[in-house]
Amino acid sequence: MTVHTPPLAVLQDVQVRYRNAHALAGISLQVHAGEVLALLGRNGAGKSTAIAVMLGLRLPDGGHAELLGGDPQSRAQREQVGVMLQSTGLPPKLRVGELVDQFRASYPQPRPLADCLALAGVHDLQRRFYGQLSGGQQRRVQFAIALCGGPRLLFLDEPTTGLDIEARQTMWQAIGALRAEGCGIVLTTHYLEEAEALASRVVVLEQGRILADGPLATFRPQLAPRRIRCCSGLDVAVVRSWHGVIDARRSGELLELLAEPAEPVVARLLAEDPLLHGLDVRGGGLAEAFVEMTREAA
Amino acid sequence: MTIQRNVPVARPRPLARVLAPYAAELKAELRRSWRTPAYVLPCLLLPVLFYLMFGVMLGRGQTSRYLLATYCVFGAMGPALFGFGVQLAVDRAGGLLTLKRALPVPPLAPLLARLLMAMLFAIAVAVLLIATACGLGGVALTLLQGIGLLAVAAMVALPLGAIGLLIGSHAEPDAAPALVNLVYLPLALLSGLWLPLSVLPQAFTTIAPLWPTWHAAQLGLRVIGQPAGGNVPMHVGMLVAVTLVCALLATRRLRRIG
Repeated sequence: MTVHTPPLAVLQDVQVRYRNAHALAGISLQVHAGEVLALLGRNGAGKSTAIAVMLGLRLPDGGHAELLGGDPQSRAQREQVGVMLQSTGLPPKLRVGELVDQFRASYPQPRPLADCLALAGVHDLQRRFYGQLSGGQQRRVQFAIALCGGPRLLFLDEPTTGLDIEARQTMWQAIGALRAEGCGIVLTTHYLEEAEALASRVVVLEQGRILADGPLATFRPQLAPRRIRCCSGLDVAVVRSWHGVIDARRSGELLELLAEPAEPVVARLLAEDPLLHGLDVRGGGLAEAFVEMTREAA
Repeated sequence: MTIQRNVPVARPRPLARVLAPYAAELKAELRRSWRTPAYVLPCLLLPVLFYLMFGVMLGRGQTSRYLLATYCVFGAMGPALFGFGVQLAVDRAGGLLTLKRALPVPPLAPLLARLLMAMLFAIAVAVLLIATACGLGGVALTLLQGIGLLAVAAMVALPLGAIGLLIGSHAEPDAAPALVNLVYLPLALLSGLWLPLSVLPQAFTTIAPLWPTWHAAQLGLRVIGQPAGGNVPMHVGMLVAVTLVCALLATRRLRRIG
């Protein structure tokens, strides 16, 4: 994909140190319009710090950060940004509609209140006090606040933590709709299926460094070989030499392979061992890729 | 759905748009307080009850008049200290402060809203106290003296709010109320706000000029024609200095930890 518009956010060789430890050890990345970028990584990998630098909440110790073509700390840039932090305690004695309205007032061209509430799926909660809502409902109100300014760039830090399946689907739909409007979205999440469902690009962080940065489609086969299990008498050493097989091992009757592409390997297995049974092919998902990569890095 | 893309253009924005976030913050603060009677009622009534006890039932004549001025200062202390100190600690710990910093909320808007709230409380308490003093305590005030007392009460919100800000920018939300009380109650006693300093040991009078609340009380006493120590420039200077130093230290801390 070629992108002609300037990037919405840029980190250029950004370093952040907390005392002596590197929270970010020189990372570079760009966020473009109409793109959902998923930042993945274990706790402490540097995801939230990267977001804090992009938002101007933390000045980098080295390198350069740019938000919408300007200084992340200037108000003109922030007026085009929406944010949902990992956790935010909003005043419990304010009603949902009042809260969203309060934040709408800071934007030059806010989205109509009813639109905000509908997109976030909280239109029926408008008159309720924030303190009376469930954790999942509070999360959705925070989402409504994030999108209330009609942002060009939206930061969502673990947006669906604590949501039930239905609420998560609603939020996924809303994120899709915002993306279709041309909004750039930076998403951190622990749910890999969420990144798979939403992200057009995935950046994996580990110990303050970028392990991988690429479109989801190119990400998968290269990094996540599929896991094939079956009960078979074939010789492990022979199978290991087949094209596409990355690793093979046997435990008792069970033969376990890591393979990519997996389809020709499965065909060959079935062809060479007519007695093969209990075939199971798994993976190729982001979860496997992610686990594989962070394990290698550690 | 289509939305207009706001390309940033350097043009003056209408005044209403500039003021909107400030008004929104104030509205939120008003609602938040109004819907928390457990906060509003003690803030409003505690100074009046104390004044009824010490100023009306136990005090007579000049004592009722002296204590009216000092209780107006005392009444302004609580809302300013708690409103800034405890509420800021809670907002900070809950991440609300960080969210507001990340969004285009003008940094001064939440502070001004809280300051205005503290001033409103201070004025409301002073009105109740004046009504009590004039109605039950036999105190007579001219209109100008009454207005002067309200102005002193409102002004107390500045230095005490700044002290609260300093506490709230350091303390954890659990510890903040205790810390605020540690400042609130001793300061009130040492500044002669509950009882005239003359009934306390001499040492209290000697060290009284150390406390900003003593200076505020002297201004209040002057306004209603009571004998007062020190001079006006000194009192005002001390109050301004406390406000600036505490506010500066607090903002430095907030910038560092935010």
